[in-house]
Amino acid sequence: MDINLITNILFAMILTGTPLLLVALGEMVCEKSGVLNLGQEGMMLMGAVAGFIAMYHTDNHFLGFVFAMLVGMAMSLLFGFIALHLNANQVAAGLALTIFGTGLSAFLGNDYEGKQITVLPALVETELQNIPIIGKALFAQNAIVYLSWVLIVVVYLFFRYHRQGLSVRAVGEDPTVASNIGLPVMRIRYLSVMFGGAMAGLAGGYLSIAYTPMWTEGMVSGKGWIALTLVVFASWRIERIVLGAYLFGFASIMHLVAQGLNWSISSNLLAMMPYVATLVVLVMLSRDKQRLKLFEPMALGKPWHKNS
Amino acid sequence: MNNVKRLAMLGITKEYPGCKANDDVFLNIEHGEIHALLGENGAGKSTLMKMLYGVVKPDAGTIVWNGKEVSISEPAVARGLGIGMVFQHFSLFETLTVTENIALVLGAEAGNPKTLAARIKKTSERYGMPLDPERRISSLSTGERQRVEIVRCLLLDLQLLILDEPTSVLTPQEVDDLFKTLKQLTKEGCSVLFISHKLHEVTELCDSATILRAGKVTGHCNPKDETSESIARMMVGDDIAISNECRRAVGGEVFVDIANLSTPALSQFDIALKSINLQVKKGEIVGIAGIAGNGQDELFKALSGEEIHRHSKAIKFAGDFVDHLSPLARRRLGMAFVPEDRLGRGAVPELDLRDNALLTSFDSDLVKHGFLNKANITALADHIIEKYKVKTAGNHDAAESLSGGNLQKFIVGREVEQEPLFLLMSHPTWGVDIGAQVAIHQAILELRDRGCAILIVSEDLDELYKVCDRLGALCDGELSDFLEPEALPLVKLGQWMAGDFDTASTNVESKQGVLTHD
Repeated sequence: MDINLITNILFAMILTGTPLLLVALGEMVCEKSGVLNLGQEGMMLMGAVAGFIAMYHTDNHFLGFVFAMLVGMAMSLLFGFIALHLNANQVAAGLALTIFGTGLSAFLGNDYEGKQITVLPALVETELQNIPIIGKALFAQNAIVYLSWVLIVVVYLFFRYHRQGLSVRAVGEDPTVASNIGLPVMRIRYLSVMFGGAMAGLAGGYLSIAYTPMWTEGMVSGKGWIALTLVVFASWRIERIVLGAYLFGFASIMHLVAQGLNWSISSNLLAMMPYVATLVVLVMLSRDKQRLKLFEPMALGKPWHKNS
Repeated sequence: MNNVKRLAMLGITKEYPGCKANDDVFLNIEHGEIHALLGENGAGKSTLMKMLYGVVKPDAGTIVWNGKEVSISEPAVARGLGIGMVFQHFSLFETLTVTENIALVLGAEAGNPKTLAARIKKTSERYGMPLDPERRISSLSTGERQRVEIVRCLLLDLQLLILDEPTSVLTPQEVDDLFKTLKQLTKEGCSVLFISHKLHEVTELCDSATILRAGKVTGHCNPKDETSESIARMMVGDDIAISNECRRAVGGEVFVDIANLSTPALSQFDIALKSINLQVKKGEIVGIAGIAGNGQDELFKALSGEEIHRHSKAIKFAGDFVDHLSPLARRRLGMAFVPEDRLGRGAVPELDLRDNALLTSFDSDLVKHGFLNKANITALADHIIEKYKVKTAGNHDAAESLSGGNLQKFIVGREVEQEPLFLLMSHPTWGVDIGAQVAIHQAILELRDRGCAILIVSEDLDELYKVCDRLGALCDGELSDFLEPEALPLVKLGQWMAGDFDTASTNVESKQGVLTHD
């Protein structure tokens, strides 16, 4: 196998895994606070279409991503209002959000199908990109990839060392107790849900602005769902989410590898690979039920309201 | 300064839809005193405490703290005033460490985790409650968890410590330790508000008491001048029997024979049972004492069939092995069970009382060819409600709408009415008030006298001493010897509960220390 191919595989693996990483990171924070938001797919689609439209009209990448995040957040607030405020079933509210987002994004994006925008370039140009194998993967990425790396560290440190991270975990484990000791359960849950929404919006924007630079209906194609399973099978641990996301990225570009090596494998089979590979590996990792208990938010998905 | 009361609650009223939880309640607490708050289930004790701690807002009335009127809008305000509370159900997060749990409550005041850990260690040792700050709550015993709660309060500038039924989860030795700590605290000027069902503890420990009944204050007294009997009378009113003498029985032939029952621990949160040997005879009540989490749950599940051990031959029921049978098959043989969790295992929360009555009773004349006989089911539910004095609006109420004690009465009634041959009960009167306790105990004793073999697993030692014919303890999955209650001093049972079985069968004659409070 030639060095160039490996270099490109590593580069593309990270590029492809990033949207999944972003959504899963957001959903993990949301679930840590005890809220299960199944609307990731819908929020991503809305982020994708909103980011693309903003980008198309302003030709400003920064504005495109900010708009994608804001729309993702708005979608998550809608979910938060229904699931937290009105205390509806979280599963049903999340599914409704996905259906709503799918339809609305198709409607809004109808006029933008096939339109062109400027692709998001690599963040910097440097000699380091020429280092064999890792140079391209580490130094030729776009800004959002680097942002995702910063976010990994920030979220990790937040849960590990920050008091507010502790509060989020506490609320996800037992909201009643958390409320009794004086934590603002609703506020913490809303903020966590909104972080999840912002991340989903950003991931959607990444797909339509940075990854494929175009809008097509339903372009998220199940990445929101795979992110949800990723969080569960990664047993709410960041290092495993990173691993799972990049594994998904790697499996997604298997068709490139196959071409490069002149293998003839059915493209349908290859298209299935990322989903299968990610699930298999993560299921194997999450076999240890006892360890799982230490990280699982006990109150996940259970409606809660303060009674006074 | 000394004329100013630490706390005065004046005319506190709180109304929930359909019930007045607190009605014009007055409560005074002096500096450095241990004040008892007494009352039955649903008398309004918890509501009152929650208002003092800022979890619930009063509808009317004022709270005066050290001479100043205050409004306690949330727990942080209460903590800021120096009020600490240990809830009956601990406010701890199992997957977090001791330090993390404490840091959560202290807020910004917690400071650096390292210095906090050192402070926790220092404070806990100073008050005789050693703690390892790095351990996860899930690995701590109930007594240790309580220490975490108390130390958490002590780290504040504590002036009033509220304890909601603190002793119900402790061994007698741990209770002694707790009382020492409390007395040390009061010497330093801190006041304690002590809520308990156990009257002998109140007469032993407390300087004054306020008694609530149905949301109203029915008396103040100095517990040291009263007897358990006279205080109980103030709690329940005049018309209810509050004590019954229990006759002992020796029992007949061995009916349930458990030999070498061992089960593996399924996870790190479970306890392995280590070669349990136990016989229950017809017409006797055997009691197993022990602190929660020492294998009671596992033993219960093995006996009831919730965990089936297909290949073991350890449990013999009326001469046949039942290890491989499902709970239903065991019930058909005449076994009945009252599990610890009322909602979820004892009853289906969403179903009404009729359906819950039917749940474990369907082998009788309630079902014909698969069709339900609604009239008979309703009659059965009404019969249980009436006989066991279940307070409810009617048989169509959902199980989850009943208070814990009332649902317990219903479940016990349902099982006893089956006329089982063997009845296994876990904490039969946990959280049940005195009046209902007497009724439940009476029902159990009558069932025994009709020849039923009964096994009770409980943490309530008063109850075990009262009704059991033989008594032992379970610790870390191991079972102690069994002795008649009269031959088993409380001190020794306490040692057994703590896992010290060495003294098991030696000084059987020594009877000192047996229930001096009765």
